[in-house]
Amino acid sequence: MELNKNTDPDPADPKVAAPPVADDRYLLELSGVNKSFPGVRALDDMQLNLRYGEVLALVGENGAGKSTLMKLLSGVYTPDSGEFYLRGRPLRVSGPRDAQQQGIAIIHQEFNLMPDLTVAENIFIGQEKPSGGFLLNNRTLNRRARDLLERLHLPLDPRTPVGALTVARQQMVEIAKALSYDAQVLIMDEPTAALNDAEVATLHELIRHYVSPDTGVIYISHKMDELKAISQRITVIRDGQYIDTLDTATTSMGEVISRMVGRQLNVNAKPENVHGGREVILSVQGLSTHGLLKDVSFELREGEILGFAGLMGAGRTEVARAIVGADKRSAGTVKLRGRTIDPANPAQAAKYRIGYLSEDRKRYGLLLDQSVTTNIALSSLAERFSTAGFVRDRPAKAAAREYVAQLKVKTPSISQITKNLSGGNQQKVVIAKWLLKDCDVLIFDEPTRGIDVGAKEEIYGLLNELAEGGKSIIMISSELPEVLRMSHRVIVMSEGRITGELAAGDANQESVMHYATLRPDENAADAVELGLVDPADSDNTHQHGKEA
Amino acid sequence: MSTAEVPVAARRGMSDNVRMRLQQLAAFAGLIVITAFFAVASDHFFNYDNLVNNILVSTVQIGILALGTTFVIITGGIDLSIGFGIALTGMMAGTFLITWDLPLGLGLLLTLVVGGLIGLVNGFNISILGMPPFIATLAMMLVCQGLPIVISDNGASIYFDDLPAFQDLSGGTLIPNFPNAVLIFLVCAVIAWFLLNRTLFGRYTFAIGSNEEATALSGINVKKWKIIVYTVAGVFIGIAGIISAARIGASPSAGKGMELQAIAAVVIGGTSLAGGKGTIVGTVIGALIIGVLNNGLQVMGVPQEWQYVILGVVILIAVYIDMVRKKSATAAG
Repeated sequence: MELNKNTDPDPADPKVAAPPVADDRYLLELSGVNKSFPGVRALDDMQLNLRYGEVLALVGENGAGKSTLMKLLSGVYTPDSGEFYLRGRPLRVSGPRDAQQQGIAIIHQEFNLMPDLTVAENIFIGQEKPSGGFLLNNRTLNRRARDLLERLHLPLDPRTPVGALTVARQQMVEIAKALSYDAQVLIMDEPTAALNDAEVATLHELIRHYVSPDTGVIYISHKMDELKAISQRITVIRDGQYIDTLDTATTSMGEVISRMVGRQLNVNAKPENVHGGREVILSVQGLSTHGLLKDVSFELREGEILGFAGLMGAGRTEVARAIVGADKRSAGTVKLRGRTIDPANPAQAAKYRIGYLSEDRKRYGLLLDQSVTTNIALSSLAERFSTAGFVRDRPAKAAAREYVAQLKVKTPSISQITKNLSGGNQQKVVIAKWLLKDCDVLIFDEPTRGIDVGAKEEIYGLLNELAEGGKSIIMISSELPEVLRMSHRVIVMSEGRITGELAAGDANQESVMHYATLRPDENAADAVELGLVDPADSDNTHQHGKEA
Repeated sequence: MSTAEVPVAARRGMSDNVRMRLQQLAAFAGLIVITAFFAVASDHFFNYDNLVNNILVSTVQIGILALGTTFVIITGGIDLSIGFGIALTGMMAGTFLITWDLPLGLGLLLTLVVGGLIGLVNGFNISILGMPPFIATLAMMLVCQGLPIVISDNGASIYFDDLPAFQDLSGGTLIPNFPNAVLIFLVCAVIAWFLLNRTLFGRYTFAIGSNEEATALSGINVKKWKIIVYTVAGVFIGIAGIISAARIGASPSAGKGMELQAIAAVVIGGTSLAGGKGTIVGTVIGALIIGVLNNGLQVMGVPQEWQYVILGVVILIAVYIDMVRKKSATAAG
């Protein structure tokens, strides 16, 4: 264990001083925390301290113990041992409600919102202050919500059902909910997992607004550039153990990552640019849907990784869904090696050897309660692993074993229940399923969402290998660095249209964001830029745009 | 993320609301249509006596059960014990009032307590012991089917001819020409509406059905509230049991099959079996649709077995409409 190598300038830091004692210079202090589950030691002598008025980043790979730590602080779990201090006083948390009352607010990675309730109802759930302990007054509740939202500069209507909001707006509701009681410690678990860059900036603004000499924030994230932007210090944990706390300003992100994964990583690999003259595998012309897509046309070449960038709701996932027949097209053609295809559903698309790997792999990609073998073999069961309706286990297992080895899936055995694998390894299982199906076109939707840095590298390596092996890949991603790094070509979407196409060399943060924020339906100048209207007609459009 | 976008979200929310109301409107329109159909098809259907004294009165028990079950279904649960719960609570009312000769008020109160206990045990098994609602209440349904026979004299009914005050609970007319049973149903509906829309209890009912884990992490004692939900549903069983006993006497076979009709009423009224969504007005309309169907088909002389088939088809249609509605909601969102 490499403990605290002079990264903290404070000589009296209790991490160094022998016995951990309460120190009221810290807002929140944890030391010697242990927590075991049957067969797993989740936290091993964990420590953490949060100063007044700081944003402390907490990083670690999946399974490092971040969630367990959070659940201890929210009172969902009870520690086996360990000392907890809040403002220098011993802290014991008996449950989520108790944590709130003691001033600890937690925003979990999976949103804890009730989609059928309104914004106001969600924010004040559990603190409705009913008259007579019983009766609710919606008007009062909405007014309290409006006051709070205005104070936080959040553009939300208290009466909207949360289920009707975008992910970014739901995130805002979570924050408003957390700040509705006077929390001194705000803990955020992967708050930006589903946000685009502009939304991340707004979130960070909100956090800076919140931090005062009286409060502090623990910010859990995988995204290194965000840590740089928002945090003062970074605490690294690995395998349930405390590794180090580093000053953000004087630490390179490469160093943070190497502490996190325990090895040095090459984070700046560049895509090898090629493919101009290779065969066009997939050709999409004028693809439209009733909901969103308008006249989407592009080509995908053999061995190419084609990146799809854009803001949340730009229509990238919808393109994929329309291609594989998960959504109905209203117009347009899709050609596979020059042959027009019109799959009615993803199963037919798979017959054409087009695989779609959903962004929500837990919901659409995996049978979580089933074994690795079952998951890998699932799509190929009928055509490869069954005779007259009877499943032949042995070849299925052999195939599973082969792909587990080839993709380096970390699992104790191929009969392991998929739920018990880490996010990165789950993703590899999904990939194995489609490789076994021998797909030529693989559409990856957010391939590294919720996957830690080390595993991301492996997924990237895998994508590159697949492309080199002749597979054609569409990669939809909300993480711009990922798109820029992986793609041979980048297509940018906004409001259901393709607004830009960039070669790897021309694609950078600025150029992609420029196209991603074009709004041809609202802004006449944007429409003109995209050649959708004649400049002469733009007066008309302009008025329409103002109204919208 | 700019303020200019706010109306978009608000608008979407509004249309969501409108869609909800449309569903209710559709159910209501359905009610009107089948009522009109029977009025034309049969000479004996559309008159005050049949509409009020037959249809409404016979809808009351299913309706009251449906009101209590609405809460359960909104939490994402189900309660199958409500039908035979009528038999058990009815027989207990007979035991208290006739066999033990307790004062009327006390007897009624104890009957409601018995109903509440049925629900409490359901709630305990589901919430504390973690049993699936379907299994826990299926078992309770068997218990409620057997116990009335145990406490009866060889399965004999208990009649209340010597206790006209009790019988008046159903057949009496506090308002001239308007049976008390219907009045009680209306009062129950108002109370249920109030509970669902204006109290913490109702708010948490929706919250649990919408996302149980999130509700728990918000600091709400989900286990406690789920027990309360089933207990409230149990009290509604008690009320339905009293009405049933007052109308036709307490019988060990009372309420048979009503659980499915009541659940059907709730579903026809637009309450989602997945939880999180539902209205009392919808449930009342759903119960009326079931009542009108039962009576109309009877009046037209349709055999009982075909009545079951038709009811089944109506439920399928209602659930299908609900699914289509949900799909269009997702597509728009």
